[in-house]
Amino acid sequence: MFDLKLHYGNSYLENSMFFCIFINNEWHTSIKGKKFPTINPATGVKICDVEEADKADVDEAVRAARAAGQRGSEWRQMDASSRGRLLHRLADLLERERAVLATLESMDTGKPFLHAFFVDLDGSIKTLRYYAGWTDKIHGKTMPVDENFVCFTKHEPVGVCGAIIPWNFPLLMFMWKIAPALACGNTVVIKPAEQTPLTALHTGALIKEAGFPPGVVNIVPGFGPTAGAAIGSHMNIDKVAFTGSTEVGQLIKAAAAKSNLKRVTLELGGKNPCIVFADSDLQSAVEETQKGAFFNQGQACTAASRVYVEEAVYDEFLRLSVERAKNIAIGDPLEPRTSHGPQINQHQFDKILELVASGKKEGATLECGGCAVEDRGLFIHPTIFSDVKDHMRIAKEEIFGPVQCIMKFKTQEEVIDRANGTQYGLTAAVFTRDIHRAMSVSAALEAGTVWVNCYNALHAQAPFGGYKMSGNGRELGEYALAEYTEVKAITLKLSERLTL
Amino acid sequence: MGVWGVFCSRSCPAGCNIWPRLTVRVSGPDLRESVPYPLEFFTSKPTISSHQTAAKIFINNEWHDSVSGKVFSTYNPATGEKICDVQEADKADVDKAVQAARLAFSLGSVWRKMDASERGRLLLKLANLVERDSAYLATLESLDTGKPFLSSFFVDLQGTIKTFRYFAGWADKIHGSTIPTDGEYFTLTRHEPIGVCGQIVPWNFPLVMTAWKLGPALSCGNTVVLKPAEQTPLTCLYIGALIKEAGFPPGVVNILPGYGPTAGAAIASHMGIDKVAFTGSTEVGKLIQEAAGKSNLKRVTLELGGKNPNIIFADADFELAVEQAHQGVFFNSGQCCTAGSRIFAEEPIYEEFVRRSVERAQRRTVGNPFDPTTEQGPQVSAEQQSRVLELIQSGITEGAKLECGGNAPPSKGFFVEPTVFSDVQDHMRIAKEEIFGPVQQIMKFKTIEEVIERANNTEYGLAAAVFTTDLNKAMNVSAALQAGTVWINCYNALSCQCPFGGFKMSGNGRELGEIGLKEYTEVKTITMKMSGKKS
Repeated sequence: MFDLKLHYGNSYLENSMFFCIFINNEWHTSIKGKKFPTINPATGVKICDVEEADKADVDEAVRAARAAGQRGSEWRQMDASSRGRLLHRLADLLERERAVLATLESMDTGKPFLHAFFVDLDGSIKTLRYYAGWTDKIHGKTMPVDENFVCFTKHEPVGVCGAIIPWNFPLLMFMWKIAPALACGNTVVIKPAEQTPLTALHTGALIKEAGFPPGVVNIVPGFGPTAGAAIGSHMNIDKVAFTGSTEVGQLIKAAAAKSNLKRVTLELGGKNPCIVFADSDLQSAVEETQKGAFFNQGQACTAASRVYVEEAVYDEFLRLSVERAKNIAIGDPLEPRTSHGPQINQHQFDKILELVASGKKEGATLECGGCAVEDRGLFIHPTIFSDVKDHMRIAKEEIFGPVQCIMKFKTQEEVIDRANGTQYGLTAAVFTRDIHRAMSVSAALEAGTVWVNCYNALHAQAPFGGYKMSGNGRELGEYALAEYTEVKAITLKLSERLTL
Repeated sequence: MGVWGVFCSRSCPAGCNIWPRLTVRVSGPDLRESVPYPLEFFTSKPTISSHQTAAKIFINNEWHDSVSGKVFSTYNPATGEKICDVQEADKADVDKAVQAARLAFSLGSVWRKMDASERGRLLLKLANLVERDSAYLATLESLDTGKPFLSSFFVDLQGTIKTFRYFAGWADKIHGSTIPTDGEYFTLTRHEPIGVCGQIVPWNFPLVMTAWKLGPALSCGNTVVLKPAEQTPLTCLYIGALIKEAGFPPGVVNILPGYGPTAGAAIASHMGIDKVAFTGSTEVGKLIQEAAGKSNLKRVTLELGGKNPNIIFADADFELAVEQAHQGVFFNSGQCCTAGSRIFAEEPIYEEFVRRSVERAQRRTVGNPFDPTTEQGPQVSAEQQSRVLELIQSGITEGAKLECGGNAPPSKGFFVEPTVFSDVQDHMRIAKEEIFGPVQQIMKFKTIEEVIERANNTEYGLAAAVFTTDLNKAMNVSAALQAGTVWINCYNALSCQCPFGGFKMSGNGRELGEIGLKEYTEVKTITMKMSGKKS
């Protein structure tokens, strides 16, 4: 196992530099002089105190970001291809620090180290490299306009982009936000979640080392109602991107409207349906849906929390799922054998157990789990409910915990209606060997991403985002570039008509 | 001094002992103080002292002797001295290379199963390796072509590195589309690699042309059989070593030094090659296209000659126009397909433009490519030198006014003096034929309509330029010119992000930019019958 102390001597956790507010490529203490602790959820022990950013600190960060993005600044005059080189360099540095970052991520979130190393870090590096390649390929167009005009478009950066990211994939979400924003030439003020600020701050040091000009990326660790709200309603922030709950997403959009009509992208909750037909590869369907439900302790907006199984294979599917869930290795996230860690904090832990209780009360059958691991703080056993009905709370509300709800269905039309009967529309999956069914069900599902015979197959190249109340706009892929650019149409009047 | 020894110890980065040992001795003043980076690499007189082995043919990430056992020599055009011998590829070697490339491209191969993003990583690694060895490569390029070291370092090497990086980024962004077809169907497209691509590159920018060819071909997932020009095979072969070091699977890139009529012809007419890309003369371009037609209808892209017009209006920024027009024609000793060899100057400024252009040409320093003050090196070969001198003679005979230059200075190298002709008429050979030498033709014009017509009155259509401060003139003239690239108030402003290629007989297809990818992909339409209409 990687040991921070071996790597940095005893000083890493005492090295307060990385636990400060990062503005203008410098480390600052909070203006109000406040700090907040970040806790290792696997042990309940405080890791360190972090400087707490509030409105005044956000103001400083925005000032730095504005100056960095000003006309004539080093950042604005930089060749697009050089922006790409900087992003590649940051990816190289992440590669160099991969073990450190994965350890920090695992300590701060409780996710298994190997997941942090292979999923979070891999995704972060790939996202940076992908957008590094886009920088000098963000093309405008020329248009054959009528009469004697010449018209062309330029895709310009939006300006200062606020970003507010969640605690479930702290580093990965950091990269999903900054990579396209920087590729397009914006500057960024980003707030990591108060539960998990450490990898973001470490990345601040790497951003400086990579050679980004001061003020291009500013990191303000703090709380939603203070620092987050300051970003959402700031008059000098041109765009805000938020990943988190639907409830807070609504606040962000309202704040944007009330302040300066800043552009808004939201990536919010999900209550994602998986539809398993009788003709599917059942073993693979069991594995994929279960990984979809329990990955990251169920703390994923893509969590496969509603599994619809066709009547003919329902019993078998249930049996295999329960068998598999009981074998999940729960334990110390830093142990390589562990595949299931703790929930992030007491609040989430309580909320999950309360929803589990509601499931029992409303008449679903608890097949396994349903309780905390004895003497282990925030750990919850992987939980499966069968006989779940659509009206139950566990079938409607986002649980954000290791709880899989299994339902039975009879016909394709019925299951499509039921799958779509939700305010959410983030992801969905269909398991079948029938090509017609795969195509027609994926066309009918109201979701931003549909996986066929797979789950959580996310890639930097493919767009990701929600229908309905799961979000606004798309991240990743070429599509994300549109969210970080303003299109300017430039029309020239000529004294005579151009030859065609 | 003695820095050259550093290069020699890195003579083959991949550790194979096939590379000819170039021991270049240094003498002359220490110029490190007077010129910015990369000064320690400077010398005024490099001499090559020994070469034991011949450079080899690169197939399947291995170094081979030619099947025929033949070798040819490559020379330093600044001195006429031989640099080293090179194994000469012919049809039999091309067959071997195609076999390797086909195998590397076969379904299920490492290359075909590789993630697109991983192809991008390999190209990026290649760019980094070229960057690491850029001083050595620039030295080699200058030795083999005669171009000034500073140009090699700052233009050729930078262009090469940037091109590889640019196409590295495209690898996982080559999007197909999904199409709302009528009826109960669903359609999607895949942009698939074409297969084995034959590529034939010229001697004027050996490295840059190699990058222009390899970058998009590899980004799209093809495999390559590439023939460098027989005059300048060394840097291209060195790229082979870097390809191997970067970790490209065997057979993905194969490099065959050899001659046009033998190895080149074998590529163009090969039944196992799916596409051929050629940069060179219009005359040979026609042969290539014909061979493709006669053999297997392989896809063809051609980037050929130019007789590029440069139009200077009276309202232009005069200083800028004189300097850009000068650089536009004299850059690389005039050995550019983009050379701005027909200058049309508007009547009111014509006399002054001629006077200032002559003054500038007379100041142009010709000499040792390794002297940092040198602007112009030799022509690439004795053959090219005499061709240029013959065309200069024709200009004099046909009645153009020789303002300066016109001769070969006394030297063992293949130098030609910077030459300016005024009073050139459109019917003269020097106004019609591609000279590929340091010869500037200046003509007079009166009206926009007239100059557009004269500028377009050529079989070529590669590049053109217009100098004016008037927006209307700039846009109207650039729209009217028949050329694949038009520069406004600049010249030779090429970048890997922008498409490049010719109208008319200057070529087929485009290189560089997103559009360059199109030439290296086949589009496959996949249509699926659906049960019912899907909205």
